[in-house]
Amino acid sequence: MFNLNVKTKPYGKTAFGLSLGITVTYLSLIVIIPLGALFLKSSGIGWEGFWKLLTNERILGALYLSFGAGAIAAIINLFVGFLFAWVLVRYEFPGKALLDSLVDLPFTLPTAVAGIALTTIYSKNGMIGSLLEPYGIKIAYTPIGIVIALVFIGFPFVVRTVQPVLEEFPKELEESAYCLGANRWQIFRRVIFPELIPPMITGAAMAFARGIGEYGSVVFISGNLPGKTEILPLLIVTKLEQYQYEEATGIALIMLVISFTILLGINILQTASARRKG
Amino acid sequence: MRQESLLARVILIGLVFFFTGLILLLPIYTVFHEAFSKGLAAYWEGIQEPDTISAFKLTLIVVAIAVPLNTLFGILSAFSVTRFEFPGKSWLLTIIDSPFSVSPVISGLIFILLFGRQGWFGPWLAENDIKIVFNTPGLVIATIFITLPFVARELIPLLESQGIEEEEAGLLLGASPLKVFFKIVAPGIKYGLLYGIILCNARAMGEFGAVSVLSGHIRGQTNTLPLQIEVLYNEYNSVAAFSAASLLVFLSLITLVAKQILERKIKTTKKEELLQQEV
Repeated sequence: MFNLNVKTKPYGKTAFGLSLGITVTYLSLIVIIPLGALFLKSSGIGWEGFWKLLTNERILGALYLSFGAGAIAAIINLFVGFLFAWVLVRYEFPGKALLDSLVDLPFTLPTAVAGIALTTIYSKNGMIGSLLEPYGIKIAYTPIGIVIALVFIGFPFVVRTVQPVLEEFPKELEESAYCLGANRWQIFRRVIFPELIPPMITGAAMAFARGIGEYGSVVFISGNLPGKTEILPLLIVTKLEQYQYEEATGIALIMLVISFTILLGINILQTASARRKG
Repeated sequence: MRQESLLARVILIGLVFFFTGLILLLPIYTVFHEAFSKGLAAYWEGIQEPDTISAFKLTLIVVAIAVPLNTLFGILSAFSVTRFEFPGKSWLLTIIDSPFSVSPVISGLIFILLFGRQGWFGPWLAENDIKIVFNTPGLVIATIFITLPFVARELIPLLESQGIEEEEAGLLLGASPLKVFFKIVAPGIKYGLLYGIILCNARAMGEFGAVSVLSGHIRGQTNTLPLQIEVLYNEYNSVAAFSAASLLVFLSLITLVAKQILERKIKTTKKEELLQQEV
């Protein structure tokens, strides 16, 4: 069939052809052709068109907001996620198993549900919003609300990338450092922490990438004021509703390029750190 | 092993419980609190709203088509990636993963570019009177796209770690590939498969962004449950919105429990395998 580097043993050519054939056909129909359509459609805009989009104030505002809020949320999740991973791996306490399974809640809770719940909590009459209202602090319908929604949906990423690495961390290393006279803090800073940097970066980057594209939970709490609390995905939806397909496609392509660049960056970082370890 | 001082431990554990309450439990509590704020009768009425019921039915239809298709695809793609060598394999893996990195809104948009009125196939579809955008097929396609990687992602590492020796033996002894699959491959991946299906199902039922772009928001017709929740919420019908939301919260809690059980099963079967190898 192919003279390329194909190995079909032990199953043989028929099994290979069938399973790969169906896989590729399905992928083409669902992923490759649709994504290709996006690239082709947006190439019609040309460089000038893209420049126009990137200098448009409303779009720029949304770009800053989405990326800014995504970055702040990712940093918060870096700290909180690390804390969770550490406590879940290192300590024994009642309720640990339950806590561990609750970490995945943001992955399984529909974003719209999270969105309306968070908005209710942080709005003027909500449980937390009403506590902060007397001090003049507003969360719902401001960028702070967007950050909170993004913290929620990005929460499991850092925990779930750091946890397995910490679990498999060899105890001998720690013990020998202790025997050599290092104190707890030194062991943590010099021995354990460096090993955790790559999974932390991966987790935070994944949370960041997810945050930029998030729509369901943010759209409720943001208030959607153009130029102030309007995020990129919402801008795409608005442009689509106004039948401005070209602009919507252009913004989508800008977002895609940025998030693929982030993912590529993660991959490069990971291979680099794997090589460093040897 | 030596640990931090008791005080440090208590503070760190306390912080974790605090954040769990604040970030994870408070939203769930709020959903039920709001749903039952006007009593059981109002809750019941909220759930039985005709548009909500039809949205729930539509969600089930979409899931019933999308999840089995992605399960089949997940098995086949994981099988071809782990059991055969061919050029472009890492590309294939990247493409399988790509729906995870695409914003849900963009995944809705790409199907509008294909099937919308101004899209590539738009004119042809209009001529033949086929409606995909703002109709059930559009919702199904968007959901398939969004949940495509779930099953495959769970199965690929499992199949890789399972090793091919037993399958080779079976094939050499003259069993057909299908028989080998059902007798040797399938038992090893059954928990992982179930795990992937459950995650896929939860995401499919809760998907909002992609579905929202493609639905057209026709009440009682193209609104899935998450979209219906949005409609009710925006109409300040908070009890009805949160009662509908409580259904989805139940689902996500069930998913969490099932996930935990399956994770344990996968871990113990792995341990058993290691033990058997040592013996």
